[in-house]
Formats: sequence, structure tokens, C-alpha cells
Amino acid sequence: MNRIITKKILSQDVKEFVIESPRIATARHAGQFVIVRANDTGERIPLTIADANPEAGTITLIFQEVGKSTMLMGTFKEGDEFKDVVGPLGKPTHIEKFGTVVCMGGGIGVAPMHPISEAMKAAGNRVITIIGARSKDLLIMENRMKAASTELHISTDDGSYGVHGFVTDILQSLIDKGEKIDLAVAIGPVPMMGAVCKLTKKYDLPTVVSLNPIMVDGTGMCGACRVTVAGKTQFVCVDGPEFDGHQVDFVELVKRQRAYLPQERISREAFQHHEGCCSEK
Amino acid sequence: MAKKEKIPRQAMPEQNPDVRRKNFTEVPFGYTPELAQIEASRCLFCKKPKCIDGCPVNIDIPAFIRLIKDGDFIGAAHKLKEENALPAICGRVCPQEEQCEIVCVTGIKTEPVAIGRLERFAADYEREHGEIVIPEMEPPTGKSVGIVGCGPAGLTVAGELAKLGHSVTIYEALHQPGGVLMYGIPEFRLPKAIVESEVDYVKQLGVQIIYNAVIGRYMTIDELMEDHDSVFLGTGAGLPYFMNIPGENFNGVYSANEYLTRSNLMRAYRFPEYDTPIIESKKVAVLGGGNVAMDAARTALRLGADEVTVVYRRSRKEMPARDEEIHHAEEEGINFQLLTNPTELLGDEEGWVTGMRCIRMELGAPDSSGRRRPIPIEGSEYIIEVDTVVVSIGNGANPLIPQTTPGLDTNKWGNILADAKTAVTSIPGVYAGGDIVIGAATVILAMGAGKIAAAAMHRYMMGIPEPVEEKEEEKEEVKEKK
Repeated sequence: MNRIITKKILSQDVKEFVIESPRIATARHAGQFVIVRANDTGERIPLTIADANPEAGTITLIFQEVGKSTMLMGTFKEGDEFKDVVGPLGKPTHIEKFGTVVCMGGGIGVAPMHPISEAMKAAGNRVITIIGARSKDLLIMENRMKAASTELHISTDDGSYGVHGFVTDILQSLIDKGEKIDLAVAIGPVPMMGAVCKLTKKYDLPTVVSLNPIMVDGTGMCGACRVTVAGKTQFVCVDGPEFDGHQVDFVELVKRQRAYLPQERISREAFQHHEGCCSEK
Repeated sequence: MAKKEKIPRQAMPEQNPDVRRKNFTEVPFGYTPELAQIEASRCLFCKKPKCIDGCPVNIDIPAFIRLIKDGDFIGAAHKLKEENALPAICGRVCPQEEQCEIVCVTGIKTEPVAIGRLERFAADYEREHGEIVIPEMEPPTGKSVGIVGCGPAGLTVAGELAKLGHSVTIYEALHQPGGVLMYGIPEFRLPKAIVESEVDYVKQLGVQIIYNAVIGRYMTIDELMEDHDSVFLGTGAGLPYFMNIPGENFNGVYSANEYLTRSNLMRAYRFPEYDTPIIESKKVAVLGGGNVAMDAARTALRLGADEVTVVYRRSRKEMPARDEEIHHAEEEGINFQLLTNPTELLGDEEGWVTGMRCIRMELGAPDSSGRRRPIPIEGSEYIIEVDTVVVSIGNGANPLIPQTTPGLDTNKWGNILADAKTAVTSIPGVYAGGDIVIGAATVILAMGAGKIAAAAMHRYMMGIPEPVEEKEEEKEEVKEKK
């Protein structure tokens, strides 16, 4: 169970694992996520499902190494096993034929966007996908996103590839060109989702965002992942992860994401020190 | 008989409060064999024992106490396990003072026999002496049972049905067994090694446990019914209530479930050896007056907080926590601000909680729960400084299974509707019990419900007609206790 079948390095900090997980591969829908625990002393962290293959019984997880847990997972090799993989969690994306859907993925947020673009296209939508990254070498899944979409646009913050700018710049130009958009979906860093929502709000363009806050159990039992939506507290793990982006309190969300920064630093530094003097796994 | 009355109820040796408030080791040490035998000798061995009726799982209490008195400690443990698969746990966390001990005849003139302490002693003795014996099992029936949730209710159903020869699989959402016994109740009150050992006993009965299986998502109830002849839902009360006051999403504000799960299940008290962090606090307020609130407050102290205050809107008399737990908390230096209700949480620019606006309360006429209703005293508001708030005001029903199971009826609070005598739900073959049915209650009530369900599931699967007259009385009683 939970064995790593293949490992790919997508960019310096971004790893892709195809993991043996037959039941989740069959049960999952676009928009859902898993919680993983690397080892016996590990924490439970939510990761979105980038892809799944029910025939092969595998799911694809893509993550960025930012803290100790993801760095440790990054050292895993093919054949290694995750201690725990729980899922699929969260409500699936509401898929129907809306017309034209713009799917925007920023940074690592491209990974969870992949099944959504795919499902939206399969439902008969015209899917315009915009993916963005800080620079060309951090951009992931370009070819797969192209295949999953009717039309693909790319932006990089530094202009090293695609449009020089943000995904919102491309969205703005689509709107300016008179593109009739029925739904926008945005997944990425909180500031990126906030910027998208600010823009789409101006045009009354319905916008769905997928949130990835701090979680513990992922079943609604603890409330670590609470977020304010339309003035009400929601649990991302059971009420989400997708919400009406125009109603999400992103300012609060950013602050809540920072709750454990000091502890995260302690863990990361201890891990890096340990990795520096011995080799683990 | 009369001569024995002079022996006082034997106290259980425990860690000194000044020492234990800084460690996570279990507070009481338990009886020695000598103390246990002295305490056992206080039992009158009544011909019509009232204690058995007081026990939600009907343990033959005088019988196991007599075995302790006679020095057959292992025999006493086996006697317990005839009715209760988890005696080391129940001996620790059952509210005996309102179940078996309250009706103890010895207690009329003096204090009741310490039934809970004796139960704990016998179970610990058996475990520590490595003499755990598997009881005689019925031959395999060829029937298969799926159980959702590996907490007290699920484990009880599993143990009962395995003994009757059914093939039993438990689906557990978390990565460890035990449910609230593992994530909720702290190490210093219920050591996790004991939970693991009692779960091991259930596994030795042939029960299989599948972890990380969130039913409703991983598999639906319909899918479970394809694989099994009957299904039991014992998912617990897994949805924490908040106060619904401004500021509850500031950093530093936890549900008790989260605070305790981080510390207990995820071992955050051993951070950074374990990866899950928990906020380092100086001044902690715990909102609520139940056992969970006591657990959270005492955990905060052990995590290094300088000052921990329990804030409860009624008076001490109405606190739903066990006296023993309140007493332990007081001994350890927990402050109590009673007749006090928070109205707002205050925070800083960075989103961290810094204070709590509270209002004083007075007690009015009794409300529907029979307790006197707290009424705010106008103009009595004041602010207390805090850097952590743990909200411990109870749990609602987790919506995951009802939402994904068409035809499963619930009440207006989302609790699954189950027949009081058979635990059957609105779906034939699907049974439910424990907190998901009666609301947040106790470990032993969940186990009692499990026994009722197990008996009915056995009859259902074997085609045995329901008995015309039920001997069991309804044991539904909703309390804020665990």
C-alpha cells in the first residue's frame, strides 16, 4: 500500500510521485485531495490529487518542498512507501456544461487544476487554461495541461517564458478581447487567488477557488482548516475545498497559514542539518 | 457482614500534583494487589446486586470483585471481559460515581466500593502479567460485518460479533485505532499503550482493522453493504462546536478536538521529535466545563503554559465534568472562572488572539436540561488577557455519512436515528450507536449501545426473530460527558 511507483522531478523543489492506491484511484473525483503522513513521527498534510489511473490503481501527487515534511517526502525513492495516504477527501468539483471556463493554476496550484480542466473539458466546456509560475524552470505540467484544455496560456513573473506577468494579466486581456467567460476557477498561492477574485469581481464573473489551509484530520473533526466564507466559518475539509472566491476572507486565510511559522522553521532547520551530516533514507 | 464496614474506601496512590503538572505520565499509579484485596473485601456481595444494573454493559461486578478478594486477579480480568472487552479503559474513564458506584449498598452508610479502581486493577494485572487469554469462540458463521469507526462503540460491536463467529472488519478514518480514546483523552489520563493493548485483544478475536478509510468518501455505505451482511456506524460526534462569537478564527484559537488531537494522536507534546506542532502558550483559556475541557486545560499546563483558566458559564455544581477530573485540575493549579461567558475574542494585526471579553453570569430558573439557566449580568463585562483559547463546548454530528448515504434518516441536529432496542437505522442491515446517535456522551454509553447493536445484528444476520419482550431498558441519556 502507498508504494511509490514512479518519481519525477518537475522542477528544483517540485516532485511528482505516482503512488499505488487502488481504492482512492477509483473513488476520487476532480477537486478532491488526500492527506499523507510520511512516517511514524510525521504530520498529516493535505495534498491535492493531480491525476489518477483507476486501471493501474494509482494516483499522482505533486508537491513542493517547503517544510520538513515535504522535504523528507522529496527524499523518498521509487519503491518507498508513505506511512499513510487518506482519501479522497473534500467535496468534488461541481462539473457541468457552463460554456467557457477559464482555469487558472499558479505555481504548484497547476497540479490540482489538471483534473478539473480535464473534467470540465469532458463535460463539453470550452476550457481556457492559464498556468503561471515565477520563472520558466518552475513551470510544471505544460504538456499535460495543454492536452487537458481547449486552449492554454502561460505566464511567468520574470518573463522567461510565455507572457511576462501574472495569470491575471492574461485573464484581463481575454476579457478585454471580449471573450465571453461563464466561470473562472483559480488554484494557487493565496495572493494569486485573491488577485484573480479581485479582478473577476469587477466583471461579476463567477469564480471558484480551491483552498489548501493547515489541516489535521481532514474529516471535519478538528476545525484546524476553518475559513471565513460570506461571513460564516466553514471547514475546508468537509465544506470545501472549493468555495465562491468572491466570498472568501483571503486576508484571514493568509494569517492563518502563518500560524506555525516558528515551529516550521525549527523542524526545517533540524531536518536540513540532519540531512547535511548524514544521509537519511 | 457488619464487621467489614469499618474499612474505609481505599485511595489510589497517584503522582504529586507539583510533579505531574509538568509531565504526561499517568496521574494515578493504580492499586497494589494488597490495596485491591482490601478494597474488594468491602464488597457486601449482595444477593440482588444493584451495581450490575447500574453498569451500561452489565458486568457481573460482585463476581469479579470476589475473585480479586480471593487473589485470583487473572480470573477477575476474565470475568470482566465476559461483558466488557475494554476493562482497563473503562476502569479509567467511566463515570462510575453515577453508574455502578452510586447504587452500591456499601455506599449507603459509608463510601461505595471503588468498583472502577478494582476493574482497572484487574485489567492492568492481566496485561502486565502477560496472561491475556482469548475466550472460547463460536464456530464461523460465514457472515461478514463492516464497522465504521474504531472507537468504543465500534470496538465493542466488533468484539461481541467476532466472539459469535462472524467475520468482522473495522474501517477507521484515522491512522490509529481507538477513536476518542486515542485522539481525545490525554496520555496522563489514559495511556495510549493501554488503548493499543485493549485494541490488540479485539484484534486477537479475529477482527481486522483498515486504517485511513474515511467512509462516505473512500467507500459509501451502499458499497459496504455489498461486501458485508450488516454494517454498524459508530463514527462518533466528530464536528466541534464553536461559540459563534467574533474573533474565533484568530490564530491561537483551537477546538478542543484539534488541541487534543495535536497533542495526543499526533504527539505534538514531543515536538520536534514528532513533526506536528502546537502553539507554545503562556496564558490559556479553556471554554467549557466538561471532561474534555479538563483534559484540554491540564494538557495546556503540561505543554508549558504559565496560567490556565477554565471559563464556564454556570457554577461549579452544574459543571458536567467528573468531580475527580475537576479535583485533579484544581490540584494542579488550573484556575476556574465560573459564571463567566466570553462574548468576543480580541486579536492583533497579525491575526493572533490577545484577549477575551467576558461577561459575568447569574443563575436563573432551570432550563430544559434541568440545570439553572445562566443569565448575563448587564454591565459586568471585562477583558482577560490570553494567547491561546481552547473551545470545548461539545460536538455535533459529522455530516459525512448522512450526506453520502441516501435513505439514512437523521434528526434535526444531524444525529443518525436508530431504534433504542435494536440500534437499527432507517436502512435494513445498517445499525448505529454511540455519539453519532445520542450526541456527545460517554465511552461506556457508546459501549452499551454497541452491545445492544451487536445482539440485534447477530439476530438479523442469523435470521433469529426479535425477542417479543426486551429485558433491556432504554439507556438513552444525553450528557455532555465522555
